[in-house]
Order: sequence, then structure tokens, then C-alpha cells
Amino acid sequence: MKLRYFAWVRERVGLAEEDVDPPSGVATVADLVAWLTKRGEGYAYAFENPKVIRAAIDKSHVRADARIAGAGEIAFFPPMTGG
Amino acid sequence: MNTTVRLQREVFDVAAEVKKLTHGRSDVGALVTFTGICRADENGEKIAALTLEHYPGMAEAEIARHVDEASARWPLLGATVIHRFGRIAPGEDIVMVATASSHREAAFAAAEFLMDYLKTRAPFWKQVEKPGGTNLVEKTWVDAKATDDVAAERWTAPRREAAK
Repeated sequence: MKLRYFAWVRERVGLAEEDVDPPSGVATVADLVAWLTKRGEGYAYAFENPKVIRAAIDKSHVRADARIAGAGEIAFFPPMTGG
Repeated sequence: MNTTVRLQREVFDVAAEVKKLTHGRSDVGALVTFTGICRADENGEKIAALTLEHYPGMAEAEIARHVDEASARWPLLGATVIHRFGRIAPGEDIVMVATASSHREAAFAAAEFLMDYLKTRAPFWKQVEKPGGTNLVEKTWVDAKATDDVAAERWTAPRREAAK
């Protein structure tokens, strides 16, 4: 699946997007965040406070308990500040 | 319904956009427009510019979903939402919302609803550029405001009550 990062999540991870293949035990968005956190310092910094991180699956907002099976694109970003 | 949702780097013309909602028809009795403008200060500090990042594809889809919801809640005849991205200088427009209806209540309410949701649900992120004059431009991300969440939340509260 493709992961995309925006704003300071992108800056901290150091990537705008990447393709990942998480192990089968990674079932939800929260699991994915926990798995990503272990991938390196940048990830750990980006996801240090998982409560503030927002996620979208295939361009729709989802909660941390959303299942990721079948997802094409998962995005992580800070609370939005548009308008 | 006459709907326009557009994201663009360029400036927009509010008067021209509004005219598209009313031109050649006589059923529109109320038109509300809101324009969000870049201020020269953020939290009391002078800024040189804002830079807006967005999630292409999702931003348009999210705004369109809320325009659909607004038209389901209120008898709208038209709605236009235009949001800019990229670097925006103080005094320049950032976003516009225009809503048209037969009567003012629906137009006012729908415009406010759309702006409240744009602030909290549309994937845009503002970055502040501080005035410096050095080669290294200092940029900081704008924090989300709890007051914006409260403003958006009030549109869902009555519905939950109604569902009981």
C-alpha cells in the first residue's frame, strides 16, 4: 500500500510518500502507526503523540481503529488549518 | 444545484464568481459570500506570508462532500467554494464561499456550515513565513485552534439529539 505524509508529519518522516508492505498483524490504522514508529527516528518523532495524528484511507477521513485491509492509499497528517 | 468547487494557486475574483450564481435566473433571493483573507499577523506576530499545503484529490472530495451535505440540509440553489494553495501574501484572499438560496436563512447557515467544516475537515495546512530578509526563511506550522473544532461541532450536536 502507498503511504502519504503531509505538513509536519511529512517533514519529520522525511518523505512525502512511500510504498510499504506491513506484516499481517498490522490490522488497523493504530497498528500501522505503532509499526511505523519502530522504523526510525523520523517516524518516532512524527508519531510521538499519536492522538494528534489524523489519517485518511483512500482520501476519506478515518479513525485510528479503522481497518486497513484493502486500502490503496493511507495518509497521515496533523490537524487541519485551512480556511 | 449550481455547484463549483475549485482549488487553485491563482487569485480569484469574488464578484465574477458570485455573478455566475445569479446570472440569468430570477429564483435566487439571497446570496451570502464569505472571503477569508491573509492577515499580516498570526498570534500577535508579524508575518511575511502564508504557505498553504493541501492533499490534492482529497481536498476537493472533502469539500464536495460538505457541499452535498449543505444542499441536503438547506434548500440551496447554488454554492461556490474556492480555496487557494501555495504562497499567499497579507491582504490576499485565501478562500471564498458563496451560497445562493431563495431566502436568507438557508444562505447564511449554509455558508457558515461550509466554512466551519473547511477549517476542521478539509486537508489544508498553513505555514507562516516570518519576515527576515535573510536567505534562510523561517517557516513554522500554524497550530489548529480548539475554537474551530467547537464551531464545527455545533452543526453535529442537534443531529445527535434528533437521532435519540
